[in-house]
Amino acid sequence: MSSGEVAARVVALTKTYGTGEARITALDEVSLDIAQGEFTAVMGPSGSGKSTLMHCCAALDRADSGSVFIGDQDLTRLKDKALTRLRRDQIGFVFQSYNLVPTLTAEENILLPLAIAGRKPDNDWYAGVIATVGLGDRLSHKPSELSGGQQQRVAVARALVSRPRIVFADEPTGNLDSRSGAEVLELLRSSVVDHAQTVVMVTHDPVAAAYTDRVVFLADGRIVDELRDPDRERVLEVMARMTAAADIAPSGSI
Amino acid sequence: MFRAALKSLLGRKVRLLMSTFAIVLSVAFVGGSLIFSDTLGRSFTALFASTVGDVVVRPADGADNLGASTVSMPADVVRTLEEKVPDAARVDGRIRAIGVYVVDKDNKVVGGQGPPAFGGSYSDAPAGHGLTGLTLVQGRPPEGPDEVVLDTKTAQRSGYFLGEKVHIVTAGDQALITPTLVGLMGFPDGGTLNGATYAGFDTARAQDLFLDGKDAFTQIWVTARDGVSQQQLRDEVAAALPADLEAVTGDDAAEEAATDLLDAISFLRTFLLIFAGVSVVVAAFLIVNTFSILVAQRSRELALLRALGASGRQVTRSVLVEALVVGMIGATLGVGLGVVLAMGIRALFANFGLDLTGQPLIFAPRTVLACYVVGVLVTMAAAWLPARRTARIAPVQALRDDIALPETSIHRRLLLGVLGVLLGVAMMFLGLFGSVPKGGYVLGAGTLAVLLGVTAVSPVISRPFLAAAQATYRRAFGSVGNLAGQNSLRNPRRTTATASALMIGLALGCLMAMIGSSAKASVDDAVKKNFKGDYVVSSVFGEPFSRSIATEMAKVPGVERIVRQRWAQGERDGDFFGFAGVDPRDTEFLGIRLVHGATADFADGTMLVDEDWAEHEHLSVGDTYTIDKTPKGPLRLRVVGIFEKNPVIFFPTVTTLDTLKDQGYPTSDNALILVTQHRLGIKNDLDAVVAKLPIVTVKDQAGFAAEQREPIDQIVAMIFALLGLAVVIAALGIVNTLALSVIERTREVGLLRAIGLGRGQLWWMITLESVVIAVLGALLGVLLGIGFGVAMLYKLRDQGLEVISVPWSQLGLFLVAAVLIGVLAAVLPARRAARLDVLRAIATD
Repeated sequence: MSSGEVAARVVALTKTYGTGEARITALDEVSLDIAQGEFTAVMGPSGSGKSTLMHCCAALDRADSGSVFIGDQDLTRLKDKALTRLRRDQIGFVFQSYNLVPTLTAEENILLPLAIAGRKPDNDWYAGVIATVGLGDRLSHKPSELSGGQQQRVAVARALVSRPRIVFADEPTGNLDSRSGAEVLELLRSSVVDHAQTVVMVTHDPVAAAYTDRVVFLADGRIVDELRDPDRERVLEVMARMTAAADIAPSGSI
Repeated sequence: MFRAALKSLLGRKVRLLMSTFAIVLSVAFVGGSLIFSDTLGRSFTALFASTVGDVVVRPADGADNLGASTVSMPADVVRTLEEKVPDAARVDGRIRAIGVYVVDKDNKVVGGQGPPAFGGSYSDAPAGHGLTGLTLVQGRPPEGPDEVVLDTKTAQRSGYFLGEKVHIVTAGDQALITPTLVGLMGFPDGGTLNGATYAGFDTARAQDLFLDGKDAFTQIWVTARDGVSQQQLRDEVAAALPADLEAVTGDDAAEEAATDLLDAISFLRTFLLIFAGVSVVVAAFLIVNTFSILVAQRSRELALLRALGASGRQVTRSVLVEALVVGMIGATLGVGLGVVLAMGIRALFANFGLDLTGQPLIFAPRTVLACYVVGVLVTMAAAWLPARRTARIAPVQALRDDIALPETSIHRRLLLGVLGVLLGVAMMFLGLFGSVPKGGYVLGAGTLAVLLGVTAVSPVISRPFLAAAQATYRRAFGSVGNLAGQNSLRNPRRTTATASALMIGLALGCLMAMIGSSAKASVDDAVKKNFKGDYVVSSVFGEPFSRSIATEMAKVPGVERIVRQRWAQGERDGDFFGFAGVDPRDTEFLGIRLVHGATADFADGTMLVDEDWAEHEHLSVGDTYTIDKTPKGPLRLRVVGIFEKNPVIFFPTVTTLDTLKDQGYPTSDNALILVTQHRLGIKNDLDAVVAKLPIVTVKDQAGFAAEQREPIDQIVAMIFALLGLAVVIAALGIVNTLALSVIERTREVGLLRAIGLGRGQLWWMITLESVVIAVLGALLGVLLGIGFGVAMLYKLRDQGLEVISVPWSQLGLFLVAAVLIGVLAAVLPARRAARLDVLRAIATD
């Protein structure tokens, strides 16, 4: 499954918030390789740093130290203009709350990244994306006329359409019922399987994690565990272990 | 609830700043206008109080304030009064004349436009109530025929120093004199001549210059002994006077003069207040819009208050409390800015010759009150519309994700708007064609109704424009253009309400441009049709000039004929009455064609009337017409002819030159028409005659037309300067709406940035949206302006505006300006949007 190439690499990434007593270490020298064509899940309890990690990888946030590579480009060295271009051409996003542009139709929303870049869609690819999204005749509808699941599928299609090197999904099923969530996850999964798309997804849902090739567990800003070809039970197992460890670790503090 | 309102207000400082600013600007305009007109009033009242004695003696029924007059009282009246009035401390004969221009070293006239150029006899007599009037402050009084004193300001402006020869142009027989400056006059207690100029000579010289050398005076000041009142002194003086002279107290004379002058310039005050009103209306739009947006953005918060048990009324009231606070702050700052603005207006008018820079600004309590009333009431009223809607927010909406504020149904709005437009148009028609009293006001009210009606329906009628703009943008600017177009369509009400503010400013601007351009076209047309002879000689200020000029010009080789025209002012039924004087031999040349009567009968003591005036006054040949006040009392003239309307003749009634002279009017000319041979260099020879007299110019047809157009340009420029403020407020409205929209769409902007929209592209998007709003406002404004312009010009067609001209290039310029306003208005909101932290923007709820 893995082609062996690395799509994104994180080296000794550190990020802290606040100062003095209130200082929180969100990422503590995290190093991680994301393989090309793999579906990776990042899991961990609230405050474990998983969102921060994703935001830094996706060029939305800057770390204090360490490096982030997308392909062979070091993001930490890029200026805003180059970062904007990188987001536009090499990165796709799916957000928890869909974040579609309300004034545009579903189709216009999907094509927006290409339109912004002034590029024409690759017709075959576009047709394939549209087909997998399965919106059919609702493509000309505005987001407010679509269900949550449909909106999120549009958002996924938007992330895929520019054939980015890597797609980041931040709790993409967080706002959806289980059936709509499954559809969205299938969509992401099939992009990985059929088109060797690299996808990184932050989630705390073991069911969602089970769709991936690899799960990375974060706690207190560090990678504490990792699973290959996970299923729901093994994910739950690891999570239970982590919770137990967290209860014991700050010994006597409670 | 009150606390919650204040908290919420403090939490939104930036958002309210802009609408506060709009209030500040409009309040400032109201305050500035009032302060300026009070200052104007006080300055003239003060000026006139120091230019009268305790008792003033003048010819009975003589219109003392009619300007030029050669009617005088023999000098022995002064001696009689000195002997017969025991309570008189002193009696001083004085001579006052106007049209005495000081010419500076560059051969330019000092002052001239507007304020009068006084000349007269120097006197050290104190003004009424012992006031120090214009007094010698440097040098010595003038003695002999070759000395003069000037007021300090005029000396400064003209650059003359004591001991230098001063160039002075008079309307008397000696057109140019060059006496030596020996003294400076000033107001030691403060005060100025408001831009007027003064040149004083010794009494004998003044009599020589202005009264043909008679030993006489135009005015006598009697000063009271200590403890004698003005009334008491007046009665004593009156008893000693012959019947053809009258005595008035200084207080009465000053008030009379000031009232007349203030009446004459009262239009300035009206004018300023109209513009203040316009800016208040424009600001009101902005405030309504701002509060609508603020309330919409806070609807979830307000719904939460409702969910927690607040009543609809409480929620509404909390919004109104905000408005009250904003209004108070805006009014307070506005009063301050108003003072600054009054200084600005003062500077503006100083440019036009009305120099009040020496006057302290008058800050009446009424001004402060008016500012607060306008600021607070307008804000509260403007906020009331959106506040009313907050009451209808259902508590359950606090729990929903997306909530929309209930809006008035578009149908009702459309209905109201259409009704407004229809009513307005009906009123305009009534004002134009109906025979209602005060048709002008009805027309104005109709205009306002149409403006408000169009504003109400604009979300509907603007839809095709916005859709077209969106399609154009998509084609021209791709996805960024598409987004911008979609954004302007997202909330058409908001877009059009913002555009409406600009619409009002531009509709009025366009109206003024049309009137200005039509007035100029009418002038050109009239000049072309009616220009007689080869050259016209006239004063650039419309003032009379010396008759010696005609005599000199007659000596220029090639001049075949010189036709004089003189204009006289009198009073009839308490109103100003102007009439012309011509030589009876020139009637044919001037194109006076009689429809009744005979030219042969036109002699001294008779008059000719034009058809319109004859009809208006029910005059026919043989009737006697009386002008109640002239320098020598009532003037009765027999009507001997009725002529076709003739634009060459400035006034509807014409008498002979000698009739005017006998009635005490000066023998100076107002216009000369020259018939010449077509000799090369004749213009140069004619110019040489008036070279040292910069108030008089020789013009051919084109030059004359250009000179007539110039004041129109000046007035239009002044109106544009005032309208500029309304446009500034409107531009602020666009800034405000865009800034608020950007805040509202923070998350969307973040998303666009996240998926790769560059800062430049974001800037484009917001700028394009801004330009749509501005151009929409400009288009609506220009269309309405043309409509209003045609209506107004139709109304004014009897007043010489016979040509309706649409200044297309100027209107095109307005549209270009609108695009610029759009681009500028987008600068701050776009910068703000570009600076948004992408991550935080996405996380925003």
